[in-house]
Amino acid sequence: MRHLISPLDLSPDEVTDLLNLAEDIYSSPEKYSHCCTGKKLATLFYEPSTRTRLSFEAAMLNLGGSVLGFSSADSSSASKGESVADTIRIISCYADICAMRHPKEGAPLVASMHSSIPVINAGDGGHNHPTQTLTDLLTIKNLKGHLDGLTIGFCGDLKFGRTVHSLINAMVRYPNTKFVLISPKELQIPTYLKEETLDVLNIPYEETSNLEEALPKLDILYMTRVQKERFFNEEDYIRLKDTFILDKQKMQLAKDDMLVLHPLPRVNEISTDIDDDPRAAYFKQANFGVYARMALILTLLGIKTN
Amino acid sequence: MLNIGGIQNGVVMDHIVAGCAMDIYHYLELDKSDATVAIIKNAKSNVMGKKDIIKIEGYTDFDFDVLGVIDPNITINIIKEGVIAEKRKLNLPERVTNIIRCKNPRCITSIEQELPHRFKLTNRAKGVYRCEYCEQQFKRG
Repeated sequence: MRHLISPLDLSPDEVTDLLNLAEDIYSSPEKYSHCCTGKKLATLFYEPSTRTRLSFEAAMLNLGGSVLGFSSADSSSASKGESVADTIRIISCYADICAMRHPKEGAPLVASMHSSIPVINAGDGGHNHPTQTLTDLLTIKNLKGHLDGLTIGFCGDLKFGRTVHSLINAMVRYPNTKFVLISPKELQIPTYLKEETLDVLNIPYEETSNLEEALPKLDILYMTRVQKERFFNEEDYIRLKDTFILDKQKMQLAKDDMLVLHPLPRVNEISTDIDDDPRAAYFKQANFGVYARMALILTLLGIKTN
Repeated sequence: MLNIGGIQNGVVMDHIVAGCAMDIYHYLELDKSDATVAIIKNAKSNVMGKKDIIKIEGYTDFDFDVLGVIDPNITINIIKEGVIAEKRKLNLPERVTNIIRCKNPRCITSIEQELPHRFKLTNRAKGVYRCEYCEQQFKRG
């Protein structure tokens, strides 16, 4: 039984296979439109995330499968005090695979320990969001043509931004990757990520609070939103939320082929006036998310395709 | 200066971070033991400023490695017939369950009380343990 709880649960070769499969689905979706006929995906969303949930549901429907589930803890038995372990034991009777979103970190791991169906972590608090990472990798691979030799700038909330941590962990597996970490001092990347990953693997990185200076160096700019729900103190949130705003003027400093990615939703950190810039890839990224999830569902269900 | 007599056969745990002796007392379940135990709090230390010490008479069969999880700098002296017979080095276990607790309010263990608190060693040189669920580092002291 395979689960996807952390982005590093898949080996580099497995990631490559999965991305190749996703690209094949992207180019020939009709080939895959009945692969999951008769299969059911349960979406267990203990906190609302319309985008991620619909992306999973679209993925399963595109494969010919069906979906069931709930979209907030209020509409689940968690509101009656049921444990994650008991919920997943029951859901295992109803579905073939499940995607779980939970505000508490580690909840999908607990589910995987008691599940008889594959569990996909669809985001656990500020911890992991592996299908976003697969989405990001697929977007970069498809639009850049390769995953190695890239200078990637991460901008915004690098402290609580789980998508940032996960993508850093995923990208260090590819040779000649460099990082530029752009954030206010209060939202810098956690020390453990530097000490236990970047320093250990000798990955070059620089930290700055100046987006304009960093822009000309970048092949990828990964923008993030300062997330209100990650702060216990509203004053800190208000003070930091508008630190970086990417607009038309700043984009003039970037390379012609730099890609702007964002896990979405954005608030105001990317001005809408660059949405038509060909380098703005965040809406394409959301589209790739469906194909990454389709490839993942097929892989975890062990469905072979010709 | 407080004087506590030497022990004949037993264990002296030295260089405990000041204030942590009672944690260790409970981890080793000394409250359930009938061994003679002396807890010295805030003893003067040239290196640490102040430290705690635990002396146990008549019993040496503890899982000392667990102490490394709590504080890897503790020194363990096994005493036989009034002299130090062995200085025990602490080996950090790869995984521990219900020895230390995750304090991350965002961790699933904060709302599901029956879950075991499981930690894994992620950096042996620095003695770093992380919660297996949320990966938050265990902070000592």
